[in-house]
Amino acid sequence: MDVLFSFRGDHLYQGARPVLTDLTLTVQPGEKVALLGRSGVGKSTLLGALRRQHATQVAWCPQDGALVPMLSAFHNIYMGALPRHGVGYSLLNLVWPQPRERQAIHALAQQLGIEDCLRVSIDRLSGGQAQRVALGRALYTRRPVLLGDEPVSSVDEYQAQRLLALALSQHDSAVVALHDRSLALTCFDRVLGLRDGALVLDAPTSGLTLADLDALYA
Amino acid sequence: MRFMPEAAWNTTAGRFRRASLWLGLVGVLAFLLADLEITTLSPGTELARIGTGFLTPDFAATEFVWQALANTLAFAFQGVALGVVAGFILALGWRFRGVRAFSAVIRAVHELFWGLIFLQITGLSPLTGVLAIAIPYAGIFAKVFGEFLEEADARPATALPSGSTWLATFFYARLPLILLPVRTYSAYRLECGLRASAILGFIGLPTLGFHLETAFRQGDYSAGAAILYLFFLLIGTLRWWLHRHLLPLYLGAALWWAPPLSSAPAGTLWRFLSEDIVPAPLRQDGGFEALMQWCLRLASEQALPGLWHTLVLSSAALLLTALLSLVLFPLVSPRFGSPLSRGLGHILLVILRTTPEFLLAFILLLLFGPSMLPGIIALALHTSAIVAWLGGRFTLQWPARCDGATGLRGYCYEVLPRIYPNLLALLLYRWEIIMRETAILGILGITTLGYFVDAAFAEFRFDRALFLILVSVLLNLGVDAFSRRLRQHLRLSLNEGRTLAGLPGADTITPRGAAP
Repeated sequence: MDVLFSFRGDHLYQGARPVLTDLTLTVQPGEKVALLGRSGVGKSTLLGALRRQHATQVAWCPQDGALVPMLSAFHNIYMGALPRHGVGYSLLNLVWPQPRERQAIHALAQQLGIEDCLRVSIDRLSGGQAQRVALGRALYTRRPVLLGDEPVSSVDEYQAQRLLALALSQHDSAVVALHDRSLALTCFDRVLGLRDGALVLDAPTSGLTLADLDALYA
Repeated sequence: MRFMPEAAWNTTAGRFRRASLWLGLVGVLAFLLADLEITTLSPGTELARIGTGFLTPDFAATEFVWQALANTLAFAFQGVALGVVAGFILALGWRFRGVRAFSAVIRAVHELFWGLIFLQITGLSPLTGVLAIAIPYAGIFAKVFGEFLEEADARPATALPSGSTWLATFFYARLPLILLPVRTYSAYRLECGLRASAILGFIGLPTLGFHLETAFRQGDYSAGAAILYLFFLLIGTLRWWLHRHLLPLYLGAALWWAPPLSSAPAGTLWRFLSEDIVPAPLRQDGGFEALMQWCLRLASEQALPGLWHTLVLSSAALLLTALLSLVLFPLVSPRFGSPLSRGLGHILLVILRTTPEFLLAFILLLLFGPSMLPGIIALALHTSAIVAWLGGRFTLQWPARCDGATGLRGYCYEVLPRIYPNLLALLLYRWEIIMRETAILGILGITTLGYFVDAAFAEFRFDRALFLILVSVLLNLGVDAFSRRLRQHLRLSLNEGRTLAGLPGADTITPRGAAP
């Protein structure tokens, strides 16, 4: 695969409303890209479009988490593995958590700092804990490309950086929408900036300062 | 890798699983205890004959049923209208315990039992049909409207200038808030009223049920099927002819066609109250001891066996309803299948829920003979169609994840855990209704409470009938209270009135803790 994602003068729509117009962009395999811009500018729409280009390669971490509130954190993380297991095994694991999955998910949860609430259902967790579960599901999908939409917005700054570094280290490539500009500079090697329906910034992080990024929000 | 001893599971799903396990065990036990024998010699042949009848409906037979159709409509319109008005007045006093208890008692008595009672007081007349529907419906409307009022936003009323009269406050700041749900729910109830009105024919009133019973009992299945199709057509086209502005016209026509007058001679009511329903020992001056003996005998010979059979049949029916609902709801859920499969699913569910369970039980009795089997199947088919239809709609409550699982995996991991609280709440609500219906299945010959009530009426022993009806009331109140406790324990809240009427805000489950 030479190019991972590519757009050539494409228009992206949210329903019938055009969100990004005349978009030209390529992402190479191995790149870790941060996606910045005001809320509502089209970051989620762009992530959705990226996902459709390689749906089976993507570990997906959407903004609202879309977790199942009544099920335990364990089962919500396991759901990342649903495509790679047979129906019978998955149903068995639902009523009788399998030792193999418990071990693997426990190890993952330790890295995420949620090993104590694996057996608690999502509706009894805090927003930050639930967000780590959502990230855990994406990691447990075990696919090469991470697409995340504000995956660490509800955890504190220090933890956010640690979790993001962990998530990025486990994927070949990543495109992650963020609102925290300093995280974008410290964890990623390229920044895309959206403004007014267009891609206005596309540069390696090495040459960027926080002030450059502020221009996206001014 | 070795683990520390792990904490216990603490999930919302676990709580529902445990409750379901217990309810399931009760259901299995009921199935083991239930009489499921097939007593007819060749149910297969009979099924083939009924099937042929449904495939070759004889619409010539419907020529004689237009009067019955008009009666069915007239009783339903008048009964539901009277029920709405009376229920609304009761709902105004919903905060008083006495009003709530009174409403609970009148709705605990089934329409058919009210019909049997009023046949004695007002004779074979339109008034009997109207009151048999209006009285229990008043109790149902009182509860549903009372809950609408309780849940309505109180701020508009408190924001009115002080000194506004109670009446003005009500009409300006309370009533407008609940008008839409009241209207929608009443329309939904009219459909139920039409079913109830048709079924009143089984106890002799001149509605569609009378002709249905005759045709099926005589084995004229083609004629029976034609009448049933006519009834489906009536209910299926409701939304096209039932317009708010036409209601006064329909109601006027109903009053003109079947004026709600009694056909019984004057003094019948007084005789019924002062003589007929007074326990026999008291009428014969038997004293307290004789009365106690009368009560004990009635309890041990009729009430307890009837009660037991009612409990067993309804518990088994509840389990079968639950299982069928789980299988049926994906048929109409937009998250499964194709537009074609969903269309067929809708048709199946509409037919199942339009057919009154009483009629379904009657047809199955012809097939299997008098055991609990027909009752269980009929109640489960009808109720699960309602639960599954609503369950299908519950599946639209959350946004789909584009990488979400589909098929059986999606069913078990994504869909079922999310809608389970709603399904369970709905089943617990329907429990009371299943119990009510189970009791009256006795009229068809299954030995639930209704069997003994019907027999008592047939023998003109109205004192016994009333005693047994009171027992069924107590059973209903008990089940209602138990189901309410269980729902509170499981923290299930679901506005039944809103849900059944298909209104927005119907399926709010109060979440615990912070949801992501």
